Amino acid sequence: MRETAICELLGIRYPVIQGGMAWVAEHNLAAAVSNAGGLGIIAAANAPYEYVRDEIRKTRELTDRPFGVNIMLLSPHAEDIARVVAEEKVPVVTTGAGNPGVYMKQWKEAGIKVIPVVASVALAKLMQRAGADAVVAEGCESGGHIGESTTMTLVPQVVDAVSIPVIAAGGIADGRGFAAARMLGAQAVQVGTRFVASKECVVHPNYKQQILRAKDIDSVVTGRSGGHPVRALRNKMSREYLRKEQAGCAFEELESLTIGALRKAVVDGDVDYGTLMAGQIAGMIQEEKSCGEIIEEMMSQAEDLLNRTW
Amino acid sequence: MLEKLIEIVAEQLHVEEADVKPETDFKTDLRADSLDLFELVMALEEEYDVEIPTEDLEKLTTVQAVLEYLKQKGIEEA
Repeated sequence: MRETAICELLGIRYPVIQGGMAWVAEHNLAAAVSNAGGLGIIAAANAPYEYVRDEIRKTRELTDRPFGVNIMLLSPHAEDIARVVAEEKVPVVTTGAGNPGVYMKQWKEAGIKVIPVVASVALAKLMQRAGADAVVAEGCESGGHIGESTTMTLVPQVVDAVSIPVIAAGGIADGRGFAAARMLGAQAVQVGTRFVASKECVVHPNYKQQILRAKDIDSVVTGRSGGHPVRALRNKMSREYLRKEQAGCAFEELESLTIGALRKAVVDGDVDYGTLMAGQIAGMIQEEKSCGEIIEEMMSQAEDLLNRTW
Repeated sequence: MLEKLIEIVAEQLHVEEADVKPETDFKTDLRADSLDLFELVMALEEEYDVEIPTEDLEKLTTVQAVLEYLKQKGIEEA
């Protein structure tokens, strides 16, 4: 029951993929998730390609299991990073913030499994036709950059529209979420926020603490006016941002609030003016656990739920 | 051809046809986001019975660009 076709496709034990969270998803977390039987992911974000190559090599020192790199396609370095993952023969690439069509051929030739993150049926279809091996259908419960649809509505519509495996993302942090995703037709889940609050995650302890303290209503979406909405935990920065956004301030002024703010949260632990990216499910996360515990508990709870007859 | 294209763009991006000119840029003038553009591409494929590979999407920035792209694909009239 636990094994789905996607486990075979990716060479992993459990159908759990770690989200490609900028600044958060580095080699320690990626290797920990892969060693726990899931698929760890390194986030390239806006980093230069030398950094990404270094992270890939460090991950290989910590695990001999498959892992992936998430490429944020709006990055100024996207083209170089696309080349580096092919050179390094990274097993899996996930992509965010757009259309990876131009890189598809290069990656397929390197034997890379390509899994674009999509927020709409149309993009899922285009990606399938371009040769994607699977898609992550990510609902707006997620932290970070988000689309419009919820996981509950997006996943079954994408499942109906494509024949490649669909991975559900957004709002999944335990076995209940996993079982629900399976019921919606997903073969696997992508999990972000839950892994930020893992023991192996290297973010500043203050950031983890804010996730553990968060209540159900503690995340907000900023940046809708500029067309790039981001979900993060409420703090002084988001409050100021939303106030200025509602007042119709210029995009440049809004952006000045957020430049470097993710680094402030992750590295400096600035919970007031850092961007504490987290999904809506943060309110359910109460305890820091190891990646192994997170995945094992998720699987056993899901198995129990899915085996029940009603 | 142009008229039909303007009609499709207006419908997909929920704007008035009068606001869609050949030089209209989908992103900057009509505030289309990437999801809107994927919908537009799907609609164009259906209308003109053509396949638009994903690597070509970034070329399709304006109405005129779409018109020229479709011409290259051998679509002159529809």
